[in-house]
Amino acid sequence: MILRRLAGAGGLPLLVLALGFALALPWLLYPPVATDILCWALFAVALDLLIGYAGLLSFGHAAFWGSSAYATGLIAIHTGLPFPVAVLGGAVLAAVLALPIGFLAVRRTGIYFAMVTLAFAQLVYFTANQWKDVTGGENGLQAIPRKLPGLDLDDAFTFYYAALPLVLAALFAAWRTVRSPFGRVVTAVRDNPDRTRALGYSADRYRLAAFTGSAFLTGVAGGLYAINHRFASLQEVYWTTSGKAVVMVLLGGIGTLWGAVVGAAALVRLEDWLATAGFEQTQVVTGTVFIAVVLLVRRGLWGTAAALARRAMEKTSTPRAELVDDTSIPRKLRA
Amino acid sequence: MTSSTSTHGPPGTARPLLTTHSLTKSFGGFTALGPVDLSVAEGTVHALVGPNGAGKTTLFHLLTGYLRPTTGRIALAGRDGTGRPPERIARLGVARSFQVTSLFATVSAVEHVELALMSGSSLGRAFWRSDRQLARHRSPALDLLDRVGLADWAGEPAGRLPYGRGRALELALALALDPRLLLLDEPTAGMGVEDVERTVELIARIRHGRTVVLVEHNMSVVASLADRVTVLQRGRLLAEGAYDEVRADERVVEAYLGTGHD
Ligand SMILES: Nc1ncnc2c1ncn2[C@@H]1O[C@H](COP(=O)(O)OP(=O)(O)O)[C@@H](O)[C@H]1O
Ligand SMILES: [Mg+2]
Repeated sequence: MILRRLAGAGGLPLLVLALGFALALPWLLYPPVATDILCWALFAVALDLLIGYAGLLSFGHAAFWGSSAYATGLIAIHTGLPFPVAVLGGAVLAAVLALPIGFLAVRRTGIYFAMVTLAFAQLVYFTANQWKDVTGGENGLQAIPRKLPGLDLDDAFTFYYAALPLVLAALFAAWRTVRSPFGRVVTAVRDNPDRTRALGYSADRYRLAAFTGSAFLTGVAGGLYAINHRFASLQEVYWTTSGKAVVMVLLGGIGTLWGAVVGAAALVRLEDWLATAGFEQTQVVTGTVFIAVVLLVRRGLWGTAAALARRAMEKTSTPRAELVDDTSIPRKLRA
Repeated sequence: MTSSTSTHGPPGTARPLLTTHSLTKSFGGFTALGPVDLSVAEGTVHALVGPNGAGKTTLFHLLTGYLRPTTGRIALAGRDGTGRPPERIARLGVARSFQVTSLFATVSAVEHVELALMSGSSLGRAFWRSDRQLARHRSPALDLLDRVGLADWAGEPAGRLPYGRGRALELALALALDPRLLLLDEPTAGMGVEDVERTVELIARIRHGRTVVLVEHNMSVVASLADRVTVLQRGRLLAEGAYDEVRADERVVEAYLGTGHD
């Protein structure tokens, strides 16, 4: 409770800062890379919703990112609809796909859940590889159009700002979800499923709903990614894509949403930098960075920074009791 | 199997709310419970006593869907309750407390009760609304905490509650569901004398309009609350009747003395 209010107190300046940063990003970076950061940040946030709040480590989210990338591309190619419509279509497909996968996966937790999701993602990968008429097989889907009435989206700079509202809306949806009545039940299921069930909540149904919602938001990210690159390939459904998103979440720190954004931005930036420097083995470096962060700062970049900031605030500001703004709670104070 | 004493509830309340038919539970080759034919009359407080390992908690787990029976059936208010998952049992109006306090360590006491109260509505599915909506349950939640003696602890995370207060919160969660059938697994275990008294008074107050099955080792608690007592030993019903009848039963005395010397 206190921590929540504290985060809330620091929240507004933080939000303004983050929005300013998001608006400035295509000036600071090569615009397509800036848009990549948006896509991966949303992917990582969607995954953190599942890992951090539902306590389910999915190792198969490439299935949703990738299937939405293909579906979005196909919708854009064959209908010429504005890109947000195509992206939403892809996201809906990802959510529909998540229902049967989630239905079977949420019966397990921990490493078994990770394995079941990975297995289904591999199934999606093989399907995409075999179904060449639709997915283009090894060649992928090419020349995906990028349309929005009244705007010339061929300009990557303009496209960034066209994509930003969609990403912000999706990020808001994730934030709202974890701070909703539904979010309360989901975290209760994560922390003590047996107790939550005794209260009349179906643990599996709440897990499935969280899984499906996460897949939908991942689908928004994957669809946007395909539009950004005008290309969807097998890479999008490959297991390394799932792994990359997991790395981003852990790098930033799980269960904070902000951490996922930071982790995604850091990793995309690092990979871009390595690629421009002509370094081939980007995965070796990112893997090393990841291991270093996980070993040295276990709460991730954001989690560690937030803990430090909180400690600094507690030292300098008012006693804890005054931070409880909800006066209807009598609170037994202890020294 | 049961004692020779009457198998009917107190006069006027003979209708059983809960019955089990040849209910058994085996773990591997070991039969932890049964076969048990139990009948709990509506509106009564029915105590379940017996030495440790007798199968009382196992019976609760079966009744609330946490374990599947190896054989046998469970009827709840005339409906088949066999093999239903815990959340469905809860929705049939059956609430339980856990012998080992089972809470959410970082969640405050009042938010625990709000979560329990919310399960009666569809609010829990609302992912698009603010969690401040739970405040609609704030005042009934605080009332309930007051009734179990937790008024001063409402804002305290459960992980920081002293043992006895955690037990009281267990009870508050079960009560929040406003159940027809309340299953309490050793609600006073480990409590100080004062807390035991408060809990007994509370159960005596909330029993009206409900049926209570109570696992309890404290015989004075059993004596003051129970209309009927069933004694379990090594998974079997050893005796059943009013408290005085059961206490006078030689086999019961022997069972307790016997295990006392183990
Ligand atoms: N999951 C389990 N696996 C194996 N044996 C169990 C399990 N749960 C309970 N038992 C055994 O069943 C018997 C009854 O246990 P329990 O129902 O907890 O007794 P009580 O609550 O009456 O003390 C004990 O011998 C216990 O060891
Ligand atoms: Mg027990």
